[in-house]
Parts: sequence; structure tokens; C-alpha cells
Amino acid sequence: MEASIIAITILWSFLYIYSMLGSLDFGAGFWGMIYGRKNNTGASLIANRFLSPTWEVTNVFLVLFVVALYSFFPFAAAMLGILFILPIGLGLVLLTIRTTFMVFSHSVKRYGRLLQVISGITGVLIPALLVSILPVTLGGFVTMNNGEPELLYGKLLTSFTTYAHILFGLCTQLFLSSLFLADYASVSNDQKAAQLYRKHAIMAGPVTIIVAVLTLFTLNHEASWFLANAEKQIYGFSMSLLLFLFGYAALFLKNSNGKRGLFRYAVIFVVLQYGFAIYAYGASHLPYMVYPHLSINEAFTNPSMFYALLLASFIGLTILVPAFVLFWKLFLKDKRYLQQ
Amino acid sequence: MYARALFGSSLVFHIIYATLGVGLPLIIILGEVMNLITKDRHYAIMARRITKGFAILIAVSIASGTIVGVLLSLLWPGFMEMVGQVIALPFLIEIFAFLIEAVFMSIYLYAADRLSSPMRLLSIVLVAIGAVGSAILITDAHAWMNTPDGFRIVNGEVVDVDPLDAFFNPSFFTTAIHVTVSAYMTAAFVMASVAAFKLLKRNKTNEERAYHMKGLTMALVLGAVMSMATAVNGHETAQMLHEYMPRKLAAAEGLFETRTHAPLAIGGFTDEESESVLFAIEIPWALSFLAGNRFDTEVMGLNEFPKDEWPPLFVHTLFNVMVGIGTLLLLYSLFLIAWKFVLKKSFKPWMLAGLTAGGPLAIIAIEAGWLFSCIGRQPWTITNVMKTTEAATRSNYVGLLFFLFIGLYIALLFITSFVLYTYFKRNPVIKDLKEG
Ligand code: HDD
Ligand code: HEM
Ligand code: HEM
Repeated sequence: MEASIIAITILWSFLYIYSMLGSLDFGAGFWGMIYGRKNNTGASLIANRFLSPTWEVTNVFLVLFVVALYSFFPFAAAMLGILFILPIGLGLVLLTIRTTFMVFSHSVKRYGRLLQVISGITGVLIPALLVSILPVTLGGFVTMNNGEPELLYGKLLTSFTTYAHILFGLCTQLFLSSLFLADYASVSNDQKAAQLYRKHAIMAGPVTIIVAVLTLFTLNHEASWFLANAEKQIYGFSMSLLLFLFGYAALFLKNSNGKRGLFRYAVIFVVLQYGFAIYAYGASHLPYMVYPHLSINEAFTNPSMFYALLLASFIGLTILVPAFVLFWKLFLKDKRYLQQ
Repeated sequence: MYARALFGSSLVFHIIYATLGVGLPLIIILGEVMNLITKDRHYAIMARRITKGFAILIAVSIASGTIVGVLLSLLWPGFMEMVGQVIALPFLIEIFAFLIEAVFMSIYLYAADRLSSPMRLLSIVLVAIGAVGSAILITDAHAWMNTPDGFRIVNGEVVDVDPLDAFFNPSFFTTAIHVTVSAYMTAAFVMASVAAFKLLKRNKTNEERAYHMKGLTMALVLGAVMSMATAVNGHETAQMLHEYMPRKLAAAEGLFETRTHAPLAIGGFTDEESESVLFAIEIPWALSFLAGNRFDTEVMGLNEFPKDEWPPLFVHTLFNVMVGIGTLLLLYSLFLIAWKFVLKKSFKPWMLAGLTAGGPLAIIAIEAGWLFSCIGRQPWTITNVMKTTEAATRSNYVGLLFFLFIGLYIALLFITSFVLYTYFKRNPVIKDLKEG
């Protein structure tokens, strides 16, 4: 494999991890807000119990993605910086508000509800902003002015495809998080909350798939190159659909408690579903980062830096694996934490 | 223009929280260790209360750190191109330091009751290692901007990249130590400030006073040790400037003519017209000694450099503020320690009142130091390699973002103070002391 392909694969894997963690994080924030008041089920409690120890780790993966992007592809800086400064800048403001308010709401109980609502709302807006970047990279929204790229905000804001992408992002977030929280609640032995989240997952699943397919039809004619590439990845996309069906079916099977929902299997299948879809999407996107102005080879760093980065990532991840295992045991498995 | 203002103010904001984020874990460790040694539960309570405050501050530290991290790439594309090719390593490794800190911070915060004492100590030690690691690694990138190494430029292209040479650039070790010890010093004086403030209030029970006194003593000793280390290492940092960044040293001291037996100017304002520092106290020969440990060391003056490469001359004041506060806090903490342990007398109210200023002063010194280091490097972003104007973005939206972020920072400063105040108001020490 070419070095630049290895690098983009690593980067894409970080994006995959972040999109999964981010969906859980933002989605849990949303459910925490929705169920914050009527505490008749433990739904809000479950969401917050998951969020408290994990948001910090999720946030680091966001930074990891950004740093890896500029480390492996430094020549992308000029174009990406100019194109996305506004959406990303606004996203940062909202992210800061969300992070700080979420943490503060634990310390000042009196204003806790207000802080929680604000962080829940920003938790919906941030993914919307982030996802709106995707259609831009597919082509049709960028012009070149004397060698300087410019984002056509008017066109972006009035395009149907932008909103289709955003809708897809939000559905994904709600689907993944309700599925995961159903599992988390079930492990925590809160069957009521588990069934509540199961209901949401059953709704959100098919809607997400339908929106995903519809989104493909809304793409600009400039993005036809992408559709042509995507046809070659048909294997990956079909695998993804198949895994979705497995995961969805698992929601209707009985678990050991006699209730419906083999949640652990459902989560695993759906995470794999997104894995196949995201890598197939990424493969279709190559070789462009921003069509047609920036390709991965133009943006790639020099070989000696590439190998140094590769080695550092490898060593870093090896050190971290035991830490993650410990983390998993303490917060996602330990009955004393889950059932307190 | 707005790019510099936006990035500079974001860092000024981040650095307050980041410095405390590096320093406070050490204080929590000290509390935990003292608790293990003395079995005095006051120290356990102290560690727990500081952890609560730390959890609030770290949220802002992480959020603002995410901002600077992402803004760096958005605002300085020219600079990032160079960073990605030459000095990407510390940025990437830093993420692993963050992850260690994040994972063990959650463990320490939310799993403390399920861990044994040694495991709890281990997790807070790992938090401290993660925090100081991230500070050292970002400082590495900063040091490389001051003393770039590990590459050559041929026809405008970067060639012969050696990532390790870049990583271990000449000023890395000195600067990293300086940032670390000054962060510990700052956290210690912030803690001393709080304890002194509480002791000044009259309506406290004897047990509360004893509790605050222990905190004060611990912070004072740590503060004295760390400010000693900061001063000694600051001396080395100045010698590093003399060797690698003579232009910055000349601007720091307002020295125009190259000479031996150069005097050290304290205070005053550098005046370009008369090529001197007005209203300053001059210590003869001291600058030469500072720079090379010998009075006949030749120190370069600003006139050796083209005028359009001079940094703004007010950096003299920034440098003075940092060194002045460092010296003051060192002497004051030594004096208080001698008063208490050698003369065995108890503190007078005015002494405590003086000490309450210590924390804010240390933070001012930190800010002055960073501003000095960054502005003293101007007009270069990477010394002698890339000018600031080449590094900046040409986007039109930076102005808008600037005002948005400034609003955010001001709001957050107030909100964090409010949250800390409310939290500790509703959970006073006395409550913890009673419950044990
Ligand atoms: C509590 C904070 C604090 C205190 C008391 C001091 N410093 Fe400092 N200093 C810093 C906090 C700091 C800093 C904020 O951490 C800087 C900014 C950039 C850096 O690397 O460290 C710094 C930078 C810095 C530089 C510039 C390095 C560069 O541009 O690369 C020099 C020459 C000194 N220091 C020297 C001193 C001396 C001689 C001190 C005498 C006591 C001193 N500092 C006290
Ligand atoms: C250009 C300068 C800087 C950049 C780009 C930067 C970047 C970042 C980022 C991205 C984070 C968030 C990490 C997370 O998600 O957990 C962060 C947090 C932090 N930074 Fe900064 N930083 C800078 C300056 C500094 C300095 C000078 C220090 C030390 C004195 C420092 C110390 C910290 C600490 C302690 C944290 C929070 C703890 C953590 O999450 O690990 N940073 N910084
Ligand atoms: C954390 C403490 C820091 C503070 C308070 C600080 C402050 C500033 C300020 C005020 C400027 C604008 C200078 C001017 O307009 O004259 C600036 C510029 C800049 N700083 Fe720093 N800085 C810090 C550390 C860093 C670090 C650690 C890095 C990089 C890793 C960095 C990278 C830059 C860059 C790229 C610029 C823009 C170019 C330039 O003006 O040199 N700074 N900083």
C-alpha cells in the first residue's frame, strides 16, 4: 500500500471512532435533557451515569482526529482552514458551552436543569454543524478566486443535500445512542429504561437507513464522481445493510431476563454496520479530500515524518490499551458502578 | 491582525486553566501522601476538596484547549504546513498524554470509592503525569518555534527532515523545566492565597483554623521550593536566550549597543529615540553575568539586527513583571517560613493579607512570561524561518469569530468563578470536618 493510503486509513479510523463515541456522547446528552424532568424511569440517570466518566475521553478523540489530520496531511491546512473556519469556529463555541455546562450542572444543583437543557440543545447543534462539512468535500460548493478557495455559503445553506446530510447525522446519533443506552440500562438492571430506549431505537433504525438512501439522491451533479466510485464499493455498502438487519432483528429477540432485546448483539452489529458503511464511504471519496481541489497525495507529508508518526501512534496505543481495559471494567461493566 | 488577536487571547485564557490543571494534581498528591503518612484526616479532606475544584477547572481547561488546538490549524495554515512536516511528533504524542490524563481523571473522580488507597494514589499520580506530559510536549512545539531545528529549507521547500532533531531542539529541556516548575509554583501560591484568605476571616472554629493552617504551610513550603527552582532555571533560560535568541534578550533588557560588562536594567521603559531604558534602576555588569556567568561576557545589542526585525520594545516590561514577581514571591515565602519555623512566631494579619495576593500574582507572572516569549519572537513565528504574516490565514471571517470568542471567554471567567463560589459556599469545610 502507498504511504498516503495508510495514513488516510489511520485518519479515517480515528474519524470512525470519534463518530461512534461522539454519537453516544451527544445523543446521551440529548436523552439526559429529554428525560431530565420526569424521573419516573431511570432514563436520565442512565444517560448521565454514562456521560460523566466518558465525555473527556470522547473529546480527546476529536482532538486526536484534528492533530492527525494536520500531521499526516499538512498541505491540507491552507484549504481546509479557509473553507471551514466559520462552521468549525461556531462548533467550537458550542462545544465549549456544552462541555463546561455539562460539568457545571453537577456542581450547582440549583441551576442544574437550565445547564442541562443548554448542553442538550448544543449537543444537537454541534453534530449538525460538523456533518454540514461532508457535502462540501463532495464538490460543488467551492470556487477558486485568484488561487484562494471560497466556500459558497449561500448555495450551501439553500441546498437540499446539506439538510439531508444533517438529518442523517442526527438520526444516526439518536439511533446509536438509544441502542447503546438500552444495553447500558439493561446491564445496569434497569429494565424500564432499557425498554424505553429500545422503543426509540426501533423507531430510529429504519428512519436512519431511509434518510441515508434519500441523501444519496440529493447529491449535487458535481458529486456524480462520488456516486460512480460508490458503485464500486457495493460490497461494503451491502454488508452494512445486512449487518443492520441482523442488529435490528436482535432487538426483537428475548434476552435472559425474558424481555425483548438482545442489546449487546444489537450494539455490536450496528457498530459493525457503521464500520462497513464508513470505510466504503471513505474508499469512494478517494483520492480527493475536497473535490476537485485537493487530493490526499497533494496534502501528504514527507516519508521520514510519516514513519515517525506511525511509530509514535503505535507505541502510544500500546500503552493505552491496558488503560482502556481498566476504564471499561470500572464504568461499563462493574455492577457496583452501574447499579448504585 | 484579528488572527493574532484571536489566537493570543485564546491562549491567554487557556493558559490560566491549563497551568492550574498541571499544578493542582501535584497538590492533590501531596494531600493524599500526607494523609497516608500522618493518618490525619484533614489531609484527606483537603485532597478531596481540591479535587472538586479541579474537576470544575479541568472542564474549562479541556474545552479551551480544544479551542486552541483547532484554532491553531485554522488560523495559521502556513505555520501548520511547516509543523506537519517537521514538528508533528510532540503534537501527536501529546494526545496520548491527554488520554492518560482523561482516563485516570475519570477513574479518580468516579471510581475513587471502589479503589484501594494505593490504587487511588496511583491514578492521581497518572493524572499528574498526563498533565505535566501534555504541558511539556506543547512546550516542545513552542521551543521549536523559538529555536527551530531538524530540517533545511532549499528553494522554499522543506528538506532533510529529522523528526528527532526537531523534537530535541536546543531550547527544549530548559523551557520544559521552566514551564513545569512555574506551573507547580503557581498552583502552590494559589492554594496559599485561598488558605490565607480563609484564615483572615474571624468567624472560624479552631478546627477550621487548624485545617487551613495545614494547607497554608504545605502550600508555602511547596511554593518556596518551586519558586527557587523557577528562579534557578529562569537563569538558565536567560542564558539559552543569550546563546540562541540574542535578539530577544536584547529586547528584554533594552540593550542597544553590543558590549561586555553590560548592566541589568530593572523597571523603566525602553526608549527608541535615546536608545536607552528610561527611569530604570541599573545594576552594573549584572546582565553580562546573567548571560554567561562572567562579567566580561559580550552581550549583543539590538543594533546588530535590522530594525524591521526588532520585537516590540515593551517586552522589557513583560520580562520585568515575570522576573519581579518571581523574585518577590521567592523572598516572601522564605521570609514567612523563617518567621514560622525559625523564629517560631505565628503569622500577623498583614502577612496573611500579603499572601492572598500570591496566587493572582503568580498567574500574572505566567501570562507575562508567555506573552514575553511569544511577542519577543516577533516578527517571526518560527525564528528566522517564517514571518508571522506568512503564517496567518487570509479568511474574512476571523473578525467575527474574534468577538464571539472574547464574549465566550469573559462569560466563562464569570461563570467558573460563580460555580466555584456557589459550590464551596454550599459545601463549607466545616461540613466535611464534621462528617469526616
Ligand atoms: C510563575 C511564573 C514564572 C516565574 C516566577 C518566572 N517565570 Fe520565566 N517564564 C514563565 C513563567 C515564570 C513561563 C510562562 O512559563 C514562560 C513563558 C514561555 C516559557 O517557555 O515559559 C517563561 C519564559 C521565560 C523566558 C523566555 C524563554 C523563551 O522566550 O524561550 C526567560 C528568559 C525566563 N522565563 C526567565 C525567568 C527568570 C530569570 C525568572 C526569575 C525568577 C523567571 N523567568 C521567573
Ligand atoms: C498552542 C498552545 C496549546 C495548544 C494547541 C494546546 C492544546 C490543548 C488541547 C487540544 C487540549 C484539550 C485536550 C483534551 O481534549 O483533553 C488542552 C488541554 C490542556 N492543555 Fe493545552 N494547549 C496549548 C497550550 C498549553 C500550555 C502552554 C500548557 C501548559 C502550561 C497546556 C496544558 C494543558 C493542560 C494541562 C490541558 C488539560 C488537560 C487534559 O485534558 O489533558 N496547554 N490543550
Ligand atoms: C500558552 C501561552 C501562550 C501565550 C499567552 C501566547 C500568546 C501569543 C500572542 C499574544 C501572540 C500574538 C503575538 C503578536 O501579535 O505580537 C501569539 C502568537 C502566536 N503564538 Fe503564542 N502564545 C503562547 C504559547 C504558544 C504556543 C505553545 C504555541 C505553539 C505551539 C504558540 C503559537 C503561536 C503562533 C503560531 C502565533 C502566531 C504567530 C506569531 O504571532 O508568532 N504560542 N501568541
